[in-house]
Amino acid sequence: MHDVAKHDDSKGQYFWVWGALLLLTAIEVVLAYKQVFGAVRMLEVLLILSVIKSALIIGYFMHLKFERALMRWMLMVSVVACFIIMYFFYFPDADRERDLGVRWMGQ
Amino acid sequence: MADATLQHNAVQHGLSGEYETPLFGAYSKKVGMWLFLASDSLTFGALLFAFSYNRIYTIPWPTPFHAESIANATIMTACLLSSSLTMVLGVFAAQRGDRAWTRNWLLATMAFGTAFIVLHGMEWSKLISEGLTIPGFPHPAGSSSGELADISKNVPQFPATFFGLTAMHMLHVTIGVIYLGVVALRKLFLPILGALWLAGFLLIPSDNVFHYGIHALLIGLIVAAVILFLKPKDYDAHDVEVSGLYWHFVDLVWMFIFPLVYLMSTKIT
Repeated sequence: MHDVAKHDDSKGQYFWVWGALLLLTAIEVVLAYKQVFGAVRMLEVLLILSVIKSALIIGYFMHLKFERALMRWMLMVSVVACFIIMYFFYFPDADRERDLGVRWMGQ
Repeated sequence: MADATLQHNAVQHGLSGEYETPLFGAYSKKVGMWLFLASDSLTFGALLFAFSYNRIYTIPWPTPFHAESIANATIMTACLLSSSLTMVLGVFAAQRGDRAWTRNWLLATMAFGTAFIVLHGMEWSKLISEGLTIPGFPHPAGSSSGELADISKNVPQFPATFFGLTAMHMLHVTIGVIYLGVVALRKLFLPILGALWLAGFLLIPSDNVFHYGIHALLIGLIVAAVILFLKPKDYDAHDVEVSGLYWHFVDLVWMFIFPLVYLMSTKIT
């Protein structure tokens, strides 16, 4: 078994990660409150912040950073590959429908 | 020859002499949970992609979340992030064999998770009472007009995707709280869960969606009872760590739902 405490595993780093996650969340909320960017740029910025937050959670809280490289790469590559496939399934059609000018009934 | 075979087996099977060295260098329960989480991430990925699909082609997308909703969702996010920290501290306590603090940290994690569910439930109830309903469901009395009722009527994909995505996540949080309760308290958790289900069923008004939604606790109670009575065991540090993986995943998914569903649909006035 891979014992969790084999590496240099101090509690302090988890408090730092927790603080960073709260700080990133606060930045997201301020950006949304102030409406700093337009919709597309806002989506890009929020998604980048979310990916950073998820990397912190997966790497530290879920401990994947300290697992074997084979496990890290197999899990991440397979999941990300599936998301890329999903992207090509969904988004070209969404753009097509948007370009067709579909409007909701209230407009 | 026999010695050579034994030596070969010792090399092949590692120190235990009984099992092969695991491929990922991790025990099987942990690998199993990671594989489940990988598949579950595809479930949530598909839902988030479907949400984004609707978001892109629906112009303009409704923005019904005012400052109060965003404040509520931010507190919910803080609850989940803090629950992940208490979960990590619980795993540490389990690894050093401190049973009392393992239980305490798991109970703290459950408290944060329960706070998240209650806050989310209150928000759902408020939105529904103001007219945000999915197609085919009746509007509550006195909510057939107004901003949210108009959204339900004109952009049904908004309430459908909002409730679908958040309900799936809320179900995962509920399962997580029950899972941690089983690991922390074992059979002692069963009467507590039963009491929570009964209290919820009797106290939540019959016109509230959670009057029926609370039955998820009853299903959880039955499943937990079957597991605890058919395979009674003393949960060790590995079990605590594996339950922690599930809990952190629930937190992880919310890190995408919060900005995509809430922050991208805000109207701060």
